[in-house]
Amino acid sequence: MALVAVTADPLDVEGLTAEITRAGAGDGAVTTFIGLVREQNQGRRVSFLEYEAYEPLAVRALERILDEARETWPTARLGVHHRIGRLQLGEASIIIVAVSPHRADAFAACRYTIERVKQIVPIWKHEHFEGGDVWLEGATADPDDEAARQAAQRIACA
Amino acid sequence: MRVTVRLFARLRDLAGSGEMIRDVDAPATVGSVWQALVTENPALRDYERTMSVAVNADYSKMSAPVNDGDEVAFLPPVSGG
Repeated sequence: MALVAVTADPLDVEGLTAEITRAGAGDGAVTTFIGLVREQNQGRRVSFLEYEAYEPLAVRALERILDEARETWPTARLGVHHRIGRLQLGEASIIIVAVSPHRADAFAACRYTIERVKQIVPIWKHEHFEGGDVWLEGATADPDDEAARQAAQRIACA
Repeated sequence: MRVTVRLFARLRDLAGSGEMIRDVDAPATVGSVWQALVTENPALRDYERTMSVAVNADYSKMSAPVNDGDEVAFLPPVSGG
């Protein structure tokens, strides 16, 4: 299983965890982040989400984030899969698995990865709610914005 | 010369298409490709200050040169996760 993926298929957190922990007798901690499609958003009652990606750049951006995380937490091993297409309430849109000898690095690397995903990965949510639809827009993606990267790192280490 | 333009999310909706072929005068930059698009469709201009750009699926800048056959992408602020 690839450590980085952008896929229309349902996400498999157990498979990704098994892939990363396979050769890990030295591992002491696994942290997992699973992002779910939520029913309420900004006061709207969500019906479903459609995720769109610029796939080749999204994969590159995810790989870049894992490289950044490994630079900061050299003992951590990471995987991240993002789903695209139509997702129903409660379905997983993203899974992140971080494995390391100690829990602090696994937690921090996992948190860093989701914060950076929201900053620089070219994926968009098209929210369909009761009475309409809207494209959600968050951060202007700039992988070279060092201030944004440091903000993600501060959150990860808080 | 000829480039492929890719638009995503609301930019795609505004333009009515996510992929289009455009002939542009050489020498071209990402910015000159964008200006041609905005001339065709002024509604896109709102994104000029908040969007990101990419050439051949790598993040780039408005000032970057564009060559024949390149894929130039314009990306609204992202909302993954």
